[in-house]
Amino acid sequence: MSITHDEIKKIAHLARIKITEEEADATLKKLSGILNLIEDMKKVDTTNISPMSHAQSVTQRLRDDVVTETNQREKLQKIAPEVSGGLYIVPQVIE
Amino acid sequence: MEDWSIKELSSLLREKKTSSVEITTDYLQHIKKKNPEINAFITVDENRSLAQAKLADLKIQKGEGDVLTGVPIAQKDIFCAEDWLTTCGSKMLHNFIAPYDATVVKKFNEVGAVNIGKTNMDEFAMGSSNETSYFGGVKNPWDLTRVPGGSSGGSAAAIAARMCPGATATDTGGSIRQPASLCGLTGLKPTYGLVSRYGMIAFASSLDQAGPMAKSSEDCAMMMNVMAGFDPKDSTSIDHKKEDYTKNIDQPIEGLKIGLPKEYFADGLDSHVAKVIESAIDQYKKLGATIVDVSLPNTNLSIPVYYVLAPAEASSNLSRYDGVRYGHRTSQYDDLMDMYCKTRQEGFGEEVKRRILIGTYVLSAGYYDAYYLKAQQIRHLISEDFKKAFQSCDLIMGPTAPSTAFKANEKIDDPVTMYLQDIYTIATNLAGLPGMSIPAGFVNKLPVGIQIIGNYFDEARMLNVAHQFQKVTDWHKAIPEGALS
Repeated sequence: MSITHDEIKKIAHLARIKITEEEADATLKKLSGILNLIEDMKKVDTTNISPMSHAQSVTQRLRDDVVTETNQREKLQKIAPEVSGGLYIVPQVIE
Repeated sequence: MEDWSIKELSSLLREKKTSSVEITTDYLQHIKKKNPEINAFITVDENRSLAQAKLADLKIQKGEGDVLTGVPIAQKDIFCAEDWLTTCGSKMLHNFIAPYDATVVKKFNEVGAVNIGKTNMDEFAMGSSNETSYFGGVKNPWDLTRVPGGSSGGSAAAIAARMCPGATATDTGGSIRQPASLCGLTGLKPTYGLVSRYGMIAFASSLDQAGPMAKSSEDCAMMMNVMAGFDPKDSTSIDHKKEDYTKNIDQPIEGLKIGLPKEYFADGLDSHVAKVIESAIDQYKKLGATIVDVSLPNTNLSIPVYYVLAPAEASSNLSRYDGVRYGHRTSQYDDLMDMYCKTRQEGFGEEVKRRILIGTYVLSAGYYDAYYLKAQQIRHLISEDFKKAFQSCDLIMGPTAPSTAFKANEKIDDPVTMYLQDIYTIATNLAGLPGMSIPAGFVNKLPVGIQIIGNYFDEARMLNVAHQFQKVTDWHKAIPEGALS
């Protein structure tokens, strides 16, 4: 399984990481090595083997629908890059 | 500097032969002296640590202290500690002052332990050499030209250089055990779900587990008594009965059945390391253990499986770093998309980006079944291997890492070779089993660790078995040259 330069750029975009042409080439080399390593899995017959998504087979707990946390907006927004009037500020997305 | 164990410090404090302020001051001074060359700490905050020490002394005076009250413990910088800079080794969080305590940190605070500083680590815990940290690599106190292992390399180097008696660490694929092995320490990765992940910055949530690192099994047991326990704030926390991990630590181990997986002694293992492991096994025979051969046939597949599952989970977990609510935000951008992409380009290091890209790739349309689903199926097979092996033995032993500490820059440009460092440790994370590394000897003056793998929730027995070995050996007492001066 090989991966192309364009595919690297596509997944970088999906992952929201800006990548230069040079970086894409360097990444291509290293990613190909890792993907070759991963190819080893193909040799294994996994017909009828159920996937294991978690180390423990436990179900999600439910808790009572009660308020447990207090409002900490100011404290939590103190570390934000940009806030105004209690809102997080991002570049304009709607004209 | 004195080479105190956690147990010794605990008694000295309770017998009022010293004070927490005195001990904390000693360690802070030692950090000031040693850290510039080792780089084991990202953040040290003397005022905060000393304030905690003063409170601890008051508690002890009033007779209210717990066993760890007043004992300095370092926290891996993956754990949020309220009002402390918490970076996870990344530029992305270079300015992140945690607004709350991780449950692990809270538990240490509650018993009155002193946070002596935040330890360096591979960026977002991705690495086996501690070279991917934004804050610079960590040096191995046994040989400053070598790596301490990773990702909990800062915690390991800090203890090895006697800058603290114990530290917290985390293990997703070997990040507690491998640095413990490379730095001559005792480290335990508990059963998945035993220690809360709340406030522990996520890498691969189905594999991440926190545990203690210290010089001896006894010290790790004391730390486990604080760390373990059900936490409603972690949805994968397991409601396991509270145990005292120190209670049975002195029991003899006669009749213990140790399984040796043949795959852990196959090609790829350094022959000198193999000899050290064999003589440690001989020591266990002398202690009354019997040896059985077991097989973990899918061991080699654990690496490809891990490098699908861990990056897949990481790519999802790390999507939260978008420059909006906290952490780094790029200074120049055209629009929202540009802001996201540049922020993440600048904020993440190379290895982290690589893993996000792999994770995004294996989860993307058309590849999900071939990679992600396939890896989960093989994960099941790997887990079944252990189930079968534990039918004929109580514990599994083998090497922790295939070699001793390697040179800095030796493997960093070749991710695949670096990933093979974790060949013996990854499978336990995939299965969710507890694993431990304890010092077993030296090769060319570099420490070698033996790994102990237990069945689910068998930590007390593992600590007991490790302690019995440490009662008749001195490997864990060895100190790197110059560490105390």
